Amino acid sequence: MVVEALKDQGVEVVFGYPGGAVLPIYDEIFQQNDIRHILVRHEQGAIHAAEGYARSTGKPGVVLVTSGPGATNVVTGIVDALMDSIPIVVLSGQVPTFMIGSDAFQEGDTVGITRPCTKMNWLVKETDKLAETIHQAFHVATAGRPGPVLVDIPKDVQFATGAYVEKPTVQTGHYAPRVAGDAEMIERMVELIETAEKPVFYTGGGVINSGPAASQLLREWVEATGFPITSTLMGLGAYPASGKSWLGMLGMHGTYQANWAMHDCDVMINIGARFDDRITGRINAFSPGSTRIHVDIDPSSVNKVIRADVPIIGDVAHVLEAALDLWKARGRKVNREAVGRWWAQIEEWKSVDCLAYKPGSSVIRPQHAVARLEALTKGMDRYITTEVGQHQMWAAQYLGFEEPNRWMTSGGLGTMGYGLPASIGVQIAHPDALVINVAGEASWLMNMQEMGTAVQYRAPVKQFILNNERLGMVRQWQELLHGERYSHSWSEALPDFVKLAEAFGCKGIRCDNEADLDDAIREMLAYDGPVIFDCIVEKHENCFPMIPSGNAHNDMILGEVDTQGVIGASGAVLV
Amino acid sequence: MSPLQIKKGSSKHSAYDLRDPNAEVIETHTLTVIVDNESGVLARVIGLFSARGYNIDSLTVAEVDHLGHRSRITVVTSGTPQVIVQIKAQLERMVIVHEVHDLTVEGPSVQRELALFKVRGQGEHRIEALRLAEIFRANVVDSTLESFVFEMTGTPEKVDAFAELMRPLGLVEVARTGVAALARGA
Repeated sequence: MVVEALKDQGVEVVFGYPGGAVLPIYDEIFQQNDIRHILVRHEQGAIHAAEGYARSTGKPGVVLVTSGPGATNVVTGIVDALMDSIPIVVLSGQVPTFMIGSDAFQEGDTVGITRPCTKMNWLVKETDKLAETIHQAFHVATAGRPGPVLVDIPKDVQFATGAYVEKPTVQTGHYAPRVAGDAEMIERMVELIETAEKPVFYTGGGVINSGPAASQLLREWVEATGFPITSTLMGLGAYPASGKSWLGMLGMHGTYQANWAMHDCDVMINIGARFDDRITGRINAFSPGSTRIHVDIDPSSVNKVIRADVPIIGDVAHVLEAALDLWKARGRKVNREAVGRWWAQIEEWKSVDCLAYKPGSSVIRPQHAVARLEALTKGMDRYITTEVGQHQMWAAQYLGFEEPNRWMTSGGLGTMGYGLPASIGVQIAHPDALVINVAGEASWLMNMQEMGTAVQYRAPVKQFILNNERLGMVRQWQELLHGERYSHSWSEALPDFVKLAEAFGCKGIRCDNEADLDDAIREMLAYDGPVIFDCIVEKHENCFPMIPSGNAHNDMILGEVDTQGVIGASGAVLV
Repeated sequence: MSPLQIKKGSSKHSAYDLRDPNAEVIETHTLTVIVDNESGVLARVIGLFSARGYNIDSLTVAEVDHLGHRSRITVVTSGTPQVIVQIKAQLERMVIVHEVHDLTVEGPSVQRELALFKVRGQGEHRIEALRLAEIFRANVVDSTLESFVFEMTGTPEKVDAFAELMRPLGLVEVARTGVAALARGA
């Protein structure tokens, strides 16, 4: 019945790992050919792969795990999906209903453990409710602000036969988040846009989650108004990096021009972003002179951190369409002259060239490695995942994203070990595309067992590891904050990545000289199969520009200046 | 900063907050939450409060509609105006929640709490306790030669006041149900 319900929901791929309490479902999977099951090496890999699948397709990712440890191993991924609003349906096995609460073998209180980190979860105790619950789960995961859900299914319920209910006949209940924005507020938004002198679009993952139409509408409006646009880490690709209004990413490691524009703007148009602390810096110094428009589908995001002057609760595509229509109907007005002056100011900030890095000697600069990767993959059908740390920020800074759903990174939770399994999930969804995981060696080791999955399913994922033998971001913070006492932030006893690749049955490439870099990258791209690319880079490079914790947007560190004491004690506790 | 001049509450049309977010005024609000009567619902609601660091001053829950499968949770909470608005938004987006009403903002409401007081004493104290109980319309539901158990229904303030008066007269234990509340009018 579970498999039937999944087929009914249009599921094509399930990522999972079998165990005692899900054997009946695995038996069903064995006896059919419609749903493909991808066997991972660890349950955490399954859920990150499902996240990669979901983010690159816009469809919900499905995970199947057993009870107890199977379920607890997906908890990190569930929290990750909750923070980044990714639609994920986890199906977990459970001990039989009559044994629940008896501390049975591999029993865990899965619904209890996952209650605070799912949008909703269910323990199905009656077989007759099973199909209905699964359909409801898909509805909740995808409706409104997407997120993870979990359905816990005891083994006796899996074995029993019950009445199957088809998807269309199931009442999805009262859960129906609002999609259309308030007309009065949309009118105020348009009025502000017509008169703004120093406007900036600040967009986030909500644009991506809303679907391709939202990105299209956003592009149309940005082009028509000529307003500058910046984006959060989650929103990269909604507006093309090659677009003329693009300022680059904002926030802690965002560009100089983007952060100054946010600080000095008079009208801030937040579309589908949530004023995360990595974006705002010090709250009471955040964009002091601006009137803020905030479009979000989740009412609890509005006025949570930063007060919105014009709050619009609704789906990005719906709101943008309504607002754009109204703006056109009112004569496409924009204060061209003032916006022109604003752009002159922005060009001045741009001229600081905040992403410039020192030209390397023979040692490869990590920024240079990412910049070369960008240059050599330009124009390709390319999907990028990352792990978490310095390399993630460099990827966000130096890679250009032209389309939505091409950039998969763990933003809210910052989960090391995300990138490799996510890249496999992306590749399963897009078998012919180029999928690269830009990684750091420490993060990558956290879920390296999934290389076995990549090899088994012939997923030609490219693991581009910037190897500095350090936990680079931790090291950077220790340098700036903790008197250069590098407590446990280096990677000792690292494996030989080339031999490791051979052991997994894939290709390994090592590059430690800038002169060889381009050829090595070309070799990686040309190889038909998974590659582990060990890129030995400068060990003490820091990620700049940077807004130190507790500082305002206009108070950035640009480069390797004397960085001692830049973060005060109050900033030090902010992480 | 002077106290707020604007009427408490937020606009019904949006999440627009009319109040000064910088005012560190702690307000107490009574929220009514209509939820599906399912296992784990209470844990979900309480979990939200503890996970996000919100206060619960009192909480009551019971099924109110057996056929419709609905329970009513009445929670008294306190926080800055911004926090109160946020609590409401966080509750409203939960899948099991049907309705959330902030009775403190949405007009007049009736709030009642049931309390039991055990008072031990002799002589003058005992007589005084009985006299006060009469004034407060508390009933004697248990009696021994040296103790009473009083039962009283009223607003939390009335319950507090009665408890204060009983304390010097030999109050040993109090049991309170927490607030149940309904909006006034049809």
